[in-house]
Amino acid sequence: MESFDVAIIGAGVVGCAVARRLTLDGARVVIVEKALDVLDGASKGNSAILHTGFDAPPGSLEHKCIAAGYKEYHEIAGRLGLPILRSGALVLAWDLEQLANLPDLVDKAHRNGVADVRMLSVEEIQSREPYLAEGVCGGFEVPGESLIDPWTTAHAYVLQAILNGAELWRGTEVLDGRLTAGAWTLETGKGELRAKRVINCAGLYGDLIDQRLLGRADFSITPRKGQFVVFDKAASDLVSAILLPVPTKTTKGIVICRTIFGNVLVGPTAEDQPSRVDASTARETLMALHDRGKKILPALADCEVTATYAGLRPASQFQDYQITMHEEGTYVSVGAIRSTGLSAALGIASHVADLIGTRDFADDPIAEPLIPEPNRLSAYHARDWQVSGYSSIVCHCELVTDREIEAALSGPMPPATLDGLKRRTRVTMGRCQGFHCTAELARITAGRLRRPIVCGDA
Amino acid sequence: MPEQIATKENVTVAVVGGGTAGLALASELMRLKVGKVVVLEREAEAGGVPRHCGHYPFGLREYARLMKGPDYAKRNREAAAALGVDIRTGTTVTKLHPGGELGLSASAGTTTLSADRVVLCTGVRESSRAERFIGGDRPDGIVSTGALQSMVYLEGIRPFRQPIILGSELVSFSAIQTCQHLGIRPVAMIEEMDRLIARRPLGLYLLVKSMPLYTGITNPRIIGRERVEAMNFIDRTGQAKRIAADGVIVSGRFRPESALMRDGHLEVDPGTGGPVIDQFGRCSDPAYFAAGNLLRPAETSGFCRQEGIETARRVAHDLERGSTVDQGVVRIRTADPALRFVVPQRIDLSGATGGMTHLYLGLNGPVRGTMAATAGAETLWKGRLNTQPVRRTRIPLDGIVRAAPAQDVVVGRRA
Repeated sequence: MESFDVAIIGAGVVGCAVARRLTLDGARVVIVEKALDVLDGASKGNSAILHTGFDAPPGSLEHKCIAAGYKEYHEIAGRLGLPILRSGALVLAWDLEQLANLPDLVDKAHRNGVADVRMLSVEEIQSREPYLAEGVCGGFEVPGESLIDPWTTAHAYVLQAILNGAELWRGTEVLDGRLTAGAWTLETGKGELRAKRVINCAGLYGDLIDQRLLGRADFSITPRKGQFVVFDKAASDLVSAILLPVPTKTTKGIVICRTIFGNVLVGPTAEDQPSRVDASTARETLMALHDRGKKILPALADCEVTATYAGLRPASQFQDYQITMHEEGTYVSVGAIRSTGLSAALGIASHVADLIGTRDFADDPIAEPLIPEPNRLSAYHARDWQVSGYSSIVCHCELVTDREIEAALSGPMPPATLDGLKRRTRVTMGRCQGFHCTAELARITAGRLRRPIVCGDA
Repeated sequence: MPEQIATKENVTVAVVGGGTAGLALASELMRLKVGKVVVLEREAEAGGVPRHCGHYPFGLREYARLMKGPDYAKRNREAAAALGVDIRTGTTVTKLHPGGELGLSASAGTTTLSADRVVLCTGVRESSRAERFIGGDRPDGIVSTGALQSMVYLEGIRPFRQPIILGSELVSFSAIQTCQHLGIRPVAMIEEMDRLIARRPLGLYLLVKSMPLYTGITNPRIIGRERVEAMNFIDRTGQAKRIAADGVIVSGRFRPESALMRDGHLEVDPGTGGPVIDQFGRCSDPAYFAAGNLLRPAETSGFCRQEGIETARRVAHDLERGSTVDQGVVRIRTADPALRFVVPQRIDLSGATGGMTHLYLGLNGPVRGTMAATAGAETLWKGRLNTQPVRRTRIPLDGIVRAAPAQDVVVGRRA
């Protein structure tokens, strides 16, 4: 039976960040993921914003993790080749009631340590966002809110963990576990493993894993669906900052922003549902989002829609994150990371590292960790097609070269599905959604994906 | 870091896209001896959409024989090569700059190409599931007809066995033919409009194949976690239906492949989704022309080929005599909800001849009655139409141009 210092359950962005942190701290880590690929649950679909934490509840664990995560992201992004588009955000009031709420929100931001948040005049807002619809009453700016690549970010975390000694077991479900003689034995779909500590980063299944291993759960997950509409790249000229509404008690509301890939996104909705897997979209909701986009930026009416999708956030009955130690510190449950996981992941990882300490780890912290080769997918930074030596561009909408696809397929963490290849390279993610390149992709990936594009024997 | 190769090349005409229109256009330009003509083709092989239409009928009019798509594409390619057209495959145009300067990417690196005239012939694609707001899950196994044809005819790949076909245009029937090539058996055809879009005899074809056709359906939803399992929809009687299928072919609703324009400086017509042109095919930057299905979705290969040839003559004329756009243009537009677009969208009033003889109308719904083109109080053309969407619908343009209207021309039904 293989033996580890730490077993991390779940390879979403939080699990990937925790794996990186603990590996660099000297732990021998295994990440156990039930899906065929990493980022297959809540981390699959989000708004890809790196939040400052300006609107988090002051004093909350969520705020602490977002603030720390934001800071560390900026420290490591350069080294890991992770792109940041510092677009800033504008919180906009469209009626007098919303306008009256702005001073409190600015005050809250200042209390959260985001000191550069300041009120803007209507004229300032209009000159910054000339395509904005008429009728904005006021707003404030949050200059630090930024756009990032949600998948490359998490891939970089887990790849750095792997490169520095961690193991990733994909397609492996944790079926049961027991604590004996101060260490855990986990029974998985691929046999048993031993670990001194277990970190539950199972996201949408966090409460179920706690129940399975601890026999109880202190929180229960209520998945909250968020649907999105993505506009084609031409729309990115219409908006500069992340446009946020004045939040209500229940939701941050519908965001309009660019993406680091050069599109414009409108979403998410906030729909509580019992299902942990149903990320389906509904036509009427998508059309309402489309209308909402056009209401804020009327010129979107002439822009093409590139994609629609939905993501599920692991919300619980609590407002704050539920990160708790159990069984004399041998088990940490990282639960209810509702919608800010991407921003907070590095902060959550540090928090978990502080909770468990490093005394049981096999090695000393790694002084000079190896650095993975990142996917370079940002439309605002240099792309692979700009460098000679590829032999063909396979996906024309997203300008993905055969070289990038080959690098993903033969890399240290090859994709298991077409979705995984999309997240690593952006193939078929553009306006034609695979009209031009699906056939070539089927040929290139034949025999190399766990879930092939073709169905069998032709 | 990106490399920029310092040498800048100059050519007389650069044709962007080596499909049917682009190859015909470049070939005609060589016959007219305008100078150096290059075709920039992003695929490994020129020929365009017919390359993966492994069925009849192609080439009857132009080559006087019945051909399959790939043979037709090959003939077009060979004809262009024989005339000395420089076809550069594996070459992607990444940026259109004002005045005819193009940013290119190829295996050798990024370069800039400068052309006296650029002709955009980037064609069409089918609209995606997202563009149609088809809800439901996002499993594998959802493809366009184009992707299906490429899989079946170019790669010999079978993406599913029993798909459902969404759409009932001519291309949707082409999808059935494509399926049969590898023994794929479509289980049904569903259409959101209240009738079959393709011409009626094809409906009989479905009867013969005993394939159910559902028209007037609403709220189609794709079901399936990893692979497509079914399609749900509400049928025209209001009944919820579920049809088991292992794939979805999202067919038709063609859209111009106009991303380069949208990302650049050329004016795009929201109606067609393609560039705004005048009767010579000239775009809002007079260094740029456009031809083929990029202008409007979507015509036959034969039509596009002819359009390419005619546009070549207009480009040659333009090169010889200089651009005439500075002598005034007026817009042609429509205010009739039954009309989706008109092409061309502008007329050059210089009096230059040799432009398009017809105004091409795109329809939102059936049109039966008197249609007119007016400029202010003046009626420039009037006539009866009885036509339907996706049918070729044209009205004469010469008279409208000759009238040299002083204000916008408005096309619409007479009350």
